[in-house]
Amino acid sequence: MPIQCNNIGCKKSAILKRPKTSDKICKECFFQSFETEIHDTIVKNNLFHPGEKVAIAASGGKDSTVLAYILKLLNDRYNYNLNLFLLSVDEGITGYRDDSLETVKKNRDDYDIPLKILSYEELYGWSMDNIVKQVGRKNNCTFCGVFRRQALDRGAAILEADCLVTGHNADDIAETILMNILRGDISRLSRCTSIITMGENSIPRCKPLKYAYEKEIVMYAYFKKLHYFSTECIYSPEAYRGYVRSFLKNLEKIRPSAIIDIIYSGENISIRDDIVLPNRGICKKCGFISSQNICKACMLLEGLNRGLPKLGISKRHKRCKFWLEQCKHILICPQGSKMTSLGRTQHMIQIKESLFNSFL
Amino acid sequence: MSKICLSNSFPLTVQFGGGAELLFNNTKKHDVILPQKENPWTLRLLIAWLKENLLTEKPELFVQGESVRPGILVLVNDQDWELIGELDYELKENDNVLFISTLHGG
Repeated sequence: MPIQCNNIGCKKSAILKRPKTSDKICKECFFQSFETEIHDTIVKNNLFHPGEKVAIAASGGKDSTVLAYILKLLNDRYNYNLNLFLLSVDEGITGYRDDSLETVKKNRDDYDIPLKILSYEELYGWSMDNIVKQVGRKNNCTFCGVFRRQALDRGAAILEADCLVTGHNADDIAETILMNILRGDISRLSRCTSIITMGENSIPRCKPLKYAYEKEIVMYAYFKKLHYFSTECIYSPEAYRGYVRSFLKNLEKIRPSAIIDIIYSGENISIRDDIVLPNRGICKKCGFISSQNICKACMLLEGLNRGLPKLGISKRHKRCKFWLEQCKHILICPQGSKMTSLGRTQHMIQIKESLFNSFL
Repeated sequence: MSKICLSNSFPLTVQFGGGAELLFNNTKKHDVILPQKENPWTLRLLIAWLKENLLTEKPELFVQGESVRPGILVLVNDQDWELIGELDYELKENDNVLFISTLHGG
């Protein structure tokens, strides 16, 4: 019992029920609507300008594969006149990126878009495998996430791109809105829905798939036979986000418009004037956007290079305690037991202050 | 894989993608033969059968209640199962059932 496509004038049989609209449509109408909606998002939000060099953040996963394919297609179809290239980050996790980078290389060849791969090793001097060796498996995702956020911006800057596009889809945005509500992170909540984010000295980032449902992205990749890579990172369970994710998927099952509705709510929440949001300045060390004097990446890196990997992870008071312990350690070795307890305390305070100053 | 076609058997192709294959012995395509029964085979019954007979890892990542975990897309002969009655769909011999996970990293 074939079901006819809902589009007026189309007599083909439907293959998909669209989550956003509940429309039942055929393959051709689906391709057409999906592509046109992304084009509309791009035009309506003025994401690109002719002649721009656009870096597509490519992981080899479904979202970035569909994004690369669609941008190439729309660039040709509507003469955006963009200079597209793929930008990949190699975190240096054995077995995880090896295969996905192969997928990105295949995207490069299939869609004829140049590719640049930058490794954590090149960018920070540390691969994730080495970081895990140093810090263990408890906080490694903090490192990876913080480094990745900057890696793309740094890479795009090195390659003189005008704009960086990422494959974040509607489900991702809705998930982030919920996460920020659950964490009470008002500052992020107020900016996580923007389709273009920009900070001082940084390249604008945008999300052309912001209104595209994950279901449709996966269906599009399937029916277009796009080759993508799917695996979980071997180091990451990410429990909290996992709960939010299944919660959202359960909601979507009952009411498919939930995802787009959460985005709508997020976009229209206004923050009271008397709420003080943290100032977004720039890092004194590397010049990237940071709410602190020293950005999180530089802090973590400093910790790694000094063999104090907890730096930048624990809360400040815990960090002080940690430094004090480090001081004790320094004191015991060279000075031995000859120092008076008063002298030792003063010396410890001195070291603590110098350590403190070097970080703040 | 050789297919034994008995008169009292119900052949079916079951495929997995998007990472769901990792739960099924890392194999994307399975030619399965379901036992013939009085009542028709539905997707509901197939999911239960897959859980008992084909799933090799972490059932909670595939099944939720009597259905698949939300976020796993189901297509029968390249048609979205939401168009054909989802769990109540009555399978026909040689149907091609595909499960695609959307839950793996993008």
